Amino acid sequence: MEYLLLIISAVLVNNIVLAQFLGVCPFLGVSNKVSTAAGMSGAVTFVMVLATVVTYLIQTYILDALGLGFMQTITFILVIASLVQMVEIILKKISQPLYQALGIFLPLITTNCAVLGVAILVIRKEYNLLEGVVYSAATAVGFGLALVILAGIREQLDLVDVPKGMKGVPVSLIIAGIMALAFMGFTGIGK
Amino acid sequence: MTQMQNFSKGFFKENPLLVLVLGCCPALATTTSALNGLGMGIATTFVLLGSNVVISSISNLIPDKVRIPSFIVIIASFVTIVDLIMKAYTPELYEKLGIFIPLIVVNCIVLGRAEAFASKNSLLSSILDGLGMGLGFTMALGILGAFREIAGNGAIFNYKFLEGDGILVFILSPGAFIALGYLIALVNRIRKT
Repeated sequence: MEYLLLIISAVLVNNIVLAQFLGVCPFLGVSNKVSTAAGMSGAVTFVMVLATVVTYLIQTYILDALGLGFMQTITFILVIASLVQMVEIILKKISQPLYQALGIFLPLITTNCAVLGVAILVIRKEYNLLEGVVYSAATAVGFGLALVILAGIREQLDLVDVPKGMKGVPVSLIIAGIMALAFMGFTGIGK
Repeated sequence: MTQMQNFSKGFFKENPLLVLVLGCCPALATTTSALNGLGMGIATTFVLLGSNVVISSISNLIPDKVRIPSFIVIIASFVTIVDLIMKAYTPELYEKLGIFIPLIVVNCIVLGRAEAFASKNSLLSSILDGLGMGLGFTMALGILGAFREIAGNGAIFNYKFLEGDGILVFILSPGAFIALGYLIALVNRIRKT
């Protein structure tokens, strides 16, 4: 039950993009088509869960154990950057179809603040490892949900006559704002 | 490009937030009031200036292949410095900006300037570029924060000049998206005429 609440909270109530403003860059950047949006969310889910596990272990067994808490930012970003690179190499070797689906999105993920953000949040909220994994997976699902919905709306938007200055980013931001309003309806569910 | 232009381009012509649309996450999250926005902007400016200085000074010592990881380590060091300083001297602001201080490290503006400008230009140009871009970002955050504070709370710099509640939605997350959307649209409109 506790985990169910955690999932609902991470996917709907505290949606990573719409309520916590993490990962807005890819949210605006790769939301032109539903298919690319889905690919990106797959890659993010994969990396986010992996990064949370690895950074959690590093924080507990290396940084905390040796009193090096102030190195958190440097360590985490390097771990995530190399992790992404490693995932890319391994995927290329063992699963060509998966690589083709996710490969092009992987380099973009290093600078996705949602991945680093979730890794730090898991530590700050003092989750244990299992809670951390559930939280990061649910957060990634929330990110995917928001991304795919926005992509769906933007595909329709091609047919609409948008005022000149509003084209592109501004109208996407305003749609995101309306989506955030809709997601606020979930406030009060869970915790 | 003259040195003056290196400095001034960050304010309007190539404003990182309003024209290049970089660094959206902190811009949306930390602008609940003008002061928070400015605080975030100044923290980013410090990191940008520091990383530009170091990267411009040592860029010919860094092998091309490990350029990006080296830049990230330099940026992360400056972020750690800011993080510790703010924790010690401005605990209240540090509490409010929360996770977005360590996240300056993945702010595309900082890495973008390191890669596109500081690694190729002289020290003085890089200092001016870092300052200009940082202050341009700070200005954009200040404007957005001031607007959201006035509309949402009827106050500016925590000074309340309207009775009662404002349009609460502008303090909440939907308002951030909508306000930034209209601000960018306005800048687009001005630039094209």
